[in-house]
Parts: sequence; C-alpha cells; structure tokens
Amino acid sequence: MRRGTTIYLYELAWILPSIAIPVGMLVALVVTAFGAGVHLPGREGRVDPTKVSLTPPFDRPGMVEVAPGRYEARIVAETWSFTPNEIRVPAGSTVTFVVTSKDVVHGFLIHGATVNVMLLPGQVARVTGRFDRPGEYPFLCHEYCGIAHHIMWGRVIVEARR
Amino acid sequence: MSAENRLTAAYLTVALVALFGGVVTGLFQALEHAGVNLYPRLAPVVQSYYHSLSLHGVLNVLVFTTFFICGFLQFMTARALGMPLASPGLGWATFWLMTAGLLLAAIPLVGNAATVLFTFYPPMKAHWAFYIGLTLVVAGTWLVTLNLALTYRAWRARNPEARTPLAAFMSLVTFVMWTIASLGIAAEMLFMLIPWSLGLIGGTDALLARALFWFTGHPIVYFWLLPAYVSWYTLLPRQAGGRLFSDPLARVSFILFLILSIPIGFHHQFTDPGIEEGWKLLHAFLTFAVFFPSLLTFFNVVASLETGARARGGRGWVAWFGKLPWGDPSVAAQVLAMLLFAFGGIGGLINASFNLNLVVHNTAWIPGHLHLTVGTAVTLSFMGITYWLVPFLRGRSLWSRRLALAQVWLWFVGMAIFSHALHRLGLMGMPRRTMIGASAYLQPSWEKVLPLVGIGGTILSVSALLYFLNLVLTLVASRQPAPAAPEFAQALSGPEHAPAILDRWRPWLALAVVLILIAYGPTLVRLAVTTPLSTPGLRVW
Ligand code: HEM
Ligand SMILES: [Cu+2]
Ligand SMILES: [Cu+2]
Repeated sequence: MRRGTTIYLYELAWILPSIAIPVGMLVALVVTAFGAGVHLPGREGRVDPTKVSLTPPFDRPGMVEVAPGRYEARIVAETWSFTPNEIRVPAGSTVTFVVTSKDVVHGFLIHGATVNVMLLPGQVARVTGRFDRPGEYPFLCHEYCGIAHHIMWGRVIVEARR
Repeated sequence: MSAENRLTAAYLTVALVALFGGVVTGLFQALEHAGVNLYPRLAPVVQSYYHSLSLHGVLNVLVFTTFFICGFLQFMTARALGMPLASPGLGWATFWLMTAGLLLAAIPLVGNAATVLFTFYPPMKAHWAFYIGLTLVVAGTWLVTLNLALTYRAWRARNPEARTPLAAFMSLVTFVMWTIASLGIAAEMLFMLIPWSLGLIGGTDALLARALFWFTGHPIVYFWLLPAYVSWYTLLPRQAGGRLFSDPLARVSFILFLILSIPIGFHHQFTDPGIEEGWKLLHAFLTFAVFFPSLLTFFNVVASLETGARARGGRGWVAWFGKLPWGDPSVAAQVLAMLLFAFGGIGGLINASFNLNLVVHNTAWIPGHLHLTVGTAVTLSFMGITYWLVPFLRGRSLWSRRLALAQVWLWFVGMAIFSHALHRLGLMGMPRRTMIGASAYLQPSWEKVLPLVGIGGTILSVSALLYFLNLVLTLVASRQPAPAAPEFAQALSGPEHAPAILDRWRPWLALAVVLILIAYGPTLVRLAVTTPLSTPGLRVW
C-alpha cells in the first residue's frame, strides 16, 4: 500500500509539469507571434493555373509602388524560374509578394527576411517582408519541382537611399 | 519456428533489404552535399540526385518502417497475449499483398518513372503502378489491424475480466490509430491520384492533395515511433535490470496518442496559401497538447531505466546513468536513440511553433530534425530490437556483441555530426530536397559546414555496414545457440492501479473522431466541394 502511494505522488509530480511545460510554451508562442504581428499565409483566392498569364495581376508580372515606401511584387513561378527574377527596392521598403505557380508545386524563401511560403498551382500566395538594410537578398524555390529545381532562384536588391 | 515467428522473419527481411537501399542512397546524397558528386558514375542505376532522394525517402520511411512494424507488433501481440494470431492464413495473405504492392511500386520507382519523392505531391505525375502499389501496401496494414483485433477478441472471450497485457494494448492502439490516420492518403490515392494516373480524370488539385496527404503524414510519425515506445516501455526496463515505473501512466499516454495524433496535420502546411490562419492556429495548439503524452513517456521510461541502474548499484542524481548495462548492444542502441530523440523533440516544438516555422520550413533544418526522430529514435531502436530478435528467430546468438556496440556508438556519433550540420545549414537558409552542390545560389557560409554532412553521413554508412555484416554473419556463421528473448518487464505500479476505463475502446475512439471532425472537417469539406480537379499533370524529371 505505502509503495503504491509514493509512486502515485511521483506520478503526480511529473504529470503536473508535463502539462505546465507545453502550456507555458504555448502562451509564450502566442504572445510573441501576435506581439510581433507575425502572420501565416491564409486564403487569398484561386487562380486557374492554366490561365495564369491571362489573369490579373499575373498578366503583368513586376513591381508596383502602392504607397510611398510600399511595393507589391507580382511574381510567377514555373519550372524552373521566377518571373521577374530580380527586384529592386530602396532600403526601408515594405514589399508584399503576390505569387503563384503555373505548373507544379514550388516554394518561395527569401534569405534575411521572414518570407517563407509554398506556391501551389491554383492558389494565390501573399506574403510581406520588410527590407531595411541595403544588399542582395536571394529568393529560392525550396520545394522539389523537378530535375533542375536547384537552379530556380532570383533576388531582391535593396538599394541605399540617397 | 512457429507460424508467427516465420511471418515476423519474412517482414523483417523485406524491411532490412529496404533499409540497406535507403542507407546507400543516403550516402550518395550526403557526399553530394559535401562536394563529391557520384551521380554521373551511377547514371544507369541511380539517374539523378532526385531519383536517389525518391528511393531514399520511400525505402526508409515507407517500406523499412512499415514492414518492420507489421512484423514486430504482430510478434509482440501474440507473445503478450500468450496465444497465436487469430488467422495465420490472413497473416500470410496480408504479407504477400503488401509485398506485391511493394514490387509493383518499385518498378516505376527504380526505373525513374516515379521520381516524385516520398510525398508525391501532384501535379507532378508518377506512373500509375507507383500509386496503386503503395495503396496496396496501405490496404495490407489494415488487414494487420484486423488480424490483431480478431486475436484480441479471441483473447478477451477467454479472459473477460483480465487487464489487456501492456504490449498487446499498445500494439493495438498503434494499429488502430494508424488505420484511422491512413484514411487521408487512401482518399488521396483512390479519388485523385489513381484515376488521374490512369487517365480517368483530367487533373488534380495541389492543395486538396496536400491536405489529405498530411492528414496521414503527421500521424504516420507516431506510427513509426509508438512501436519503439512499445519496446522502451515493455522490454527495455527488464533488459536494463529494472521494472517499468508505471503501467497506468503508460496506458494513459498511449490513449492520448490515439486521440491527439491526427488532428494536427496542418502544422506541415503552416506556409500553404488557401487554409485560414485560425485553423492553422488550432492545429498548433493541439500539437502542443501531444507534447504532454511525450513528456509522460519520457518520465516513465527514464524512471524505469533508473530502477534498473540502481538495482545494479547506481548512485546519485545523474551518475546512475553510467550503471546501465552499456555492454548490451540492444540496451545501448535504445538508450542512445532516446538521448538523440530528446533533441529531436525540442526541434519538433520549434517546427510546431508557427512563427519559428517560418524560419525553418523546407530548409535543411527539417532533414536534420527527421534524422534524429525517425532516422535515430526509431531506426536505432529498431536496430537494437533486431539485436535480440534476429538471433531469437534464427536460433543462433548474435555473431559479435563488440561489433554491435561499435555500430551503435558510430551511429550516435555520426548522427550527432550529420544532424547538427543540417540544423545549422537550415538556419542559414539552405533549402532541403535540393542538389546543393549544383545549385545556382550556393553560399560561401554553407560551404564551410557542408563537409560535415559528408563526414557524418560516411560515419553513419560505416555503422550501417557493420550492422548488416553482423546480421548476415549471425544468419550464416554463428554457431552458439541464441539466448532467451527478453521477457516483458514487471511494473512497480501495475495494471491493477489503472482505472478500468483505460481498457475500453469506444469512448476514446469517439473522442478521437470528434476532434478530427472539428479540426479537419470544415476545411476538408470546403476543399472537396469547391476545388475543381483540373490541374494537369507533368513529368518534370
Ligand atoms: C547512412 C545513413 C543516412 C544518410 C547518410 C542519409 C542522408 C540523407 C540526406 C543527405 C538527406 C537530405 C536530402 C535533401 O534534403 O536534399 C536525407 C533525407 C531524408 N532521409 Fe536520410 N540518410 C540516412 C538514413 C536515413 C534513415 C535511416 C531514414 C529513416 C528511416 C532516413 C530518412 C530520410 C528522409 C525521410 C529524408 C527526406 C526525404 C525527402 O525530403 O524527400 N534517412 N537523408
Ligand atoms: Cu521550383
Ligand atoms: Cu508533424
């Protein structure tokens, strides 16, 4: 009997922290994510993957300035390139990337900015990054998309403000 | 050999042949990352880096794991219940169905007509035989569940009041959980990929396919892991000279795995457009909830090992660890597997945190993580199990314990180097699933770390070679009779302390289904109803 109760206490001594640890981490996570305004990609609408080049805004890939210091980059991914594959913005810009795929699944990862999104044929992806420091920020396809997947990339060039 | 034993031996044979292929392809990939590109020379057999990677993923995590688990858990269930499988005929029919499926899938896979990686996301299009073959393997696992359930029912009829023996209970939970989980992949195959590859429907949808795939793709990791836990809970404490600390707590954690393993698959799709952030958040919450049974397992297993070490004269808070029977390769393998798994668990929490996931998603961090979990916690534990199971089935002792110990430590060291390097490269933004040596954007900072991938991968391959050598010599050259197989561990706090409700199935299954419907129902229904299956397929390799 005595042995049973001691074990029960030991069990309890571990059950409680086993609950407390994940709960604590979850709270920390929610606070930091929402506090920093981090958002995941959500629903942005569909686009027929066979008609991407006829569907706005992908009929005219490229950059537009939507407000002072705020840009929108419309990019089309296909095996094995991004169009356009070079984007220039002044330092301190906020850029929203609106991207989709014409064929298979691709990915979109920008070094040095928290931009990381899957590009699925049929879905519009919309993600925002901020570029404060001048320099070159490569963006890569990070989902296997065929035999030359490793040559699919581009870059954001952030220019110093004069 | 008894009927179950022969069946288990058959499953193990297929599993280990697959693992061999998995290791060889892994070595080529690791060397490629380190700047040694062997693919031009391998060309007629392995036609590209991506052909290699498709073979590696499928052989390791679809074939090796599944066949090993089917063999091992049927063996454990029959042994724990003390009765033969309900239907040996069904058992063999299942084995041949799965093997036929495997061979069918292997034809296009080996022939470079299914170079779609183990996740086979459409609209990349493989040969139909690949999809049908894999579906047959999955259907086979359902028949294993059926056979286990029939066996359990027969046992229950004879033992109406008794507690289900722990190992049998855990094996059943594992297969029941898997059977529900595999419905996602089955639906993807039957309603989309198979008719499409046969030309019956014109297209697919990438998002719906991924949602169905990850419905199965997350819980599949528990399908791999729980059999290792079965060994850690029910055999290892005894192998270490101690007792299982708490049988009731072990049952509770398995019930929680049954309930919580499935409704969390969106954590693989945090960065997918087309799924609302709110649902992703719910899956993130539930992912943290499964951390609870994982911590319970950690506590229970470590406390059990401690009883063994103390019985062997261990002292102190931490120093007892040295008193474990480190000379037994089966124990050493599983304890080292746990040690690396602790890091895998922490990394998993990072992946599950949706803001941190943005940093690591689809980078080399992920293979760094999965080689600690499935590549070590599972694989090294399974190796440790075969160190007693293969001699037991063959009736001859292990050829060399020393070689086995060297093998186990080499895996530990090789994996520490290999996985550490991949984690770091991931944080530097290096993508996974990529022929890095040939990439157009190779960064100088990566090049400093990449050699470690090659070094770690080579050590792992040497370890694997020693493993296979030892097993082959056990089969053909060993002359000593085999020692007895390990008995099930006694518990300090036994099943009589477990609440009776833990032996019921309906309430827990109902709870699992309700959670799945809440977490997945709205999104899956919306996608199934609104998405046209119209994206045409492509062969891009
Ligand atoms: C000698 C041992 C091994 C070596 C050298 C090795 C090497 C590698 C490398 C370099 C990659 C990364 C490829 C990339 O992302 O481009 C990889 C991926 C992978 N490995 Fe291993 N591996 C080994 C053993 C294993 C084992 C035992 C398992 C599981 C049982 C495993 C499962 C996987 C999986 C699931 C992937 C991901 C495949 C994908 O992204 O499609 N590996 N391996
Ligand atoms: Cu791509
Ligand atoms: Cu997962």
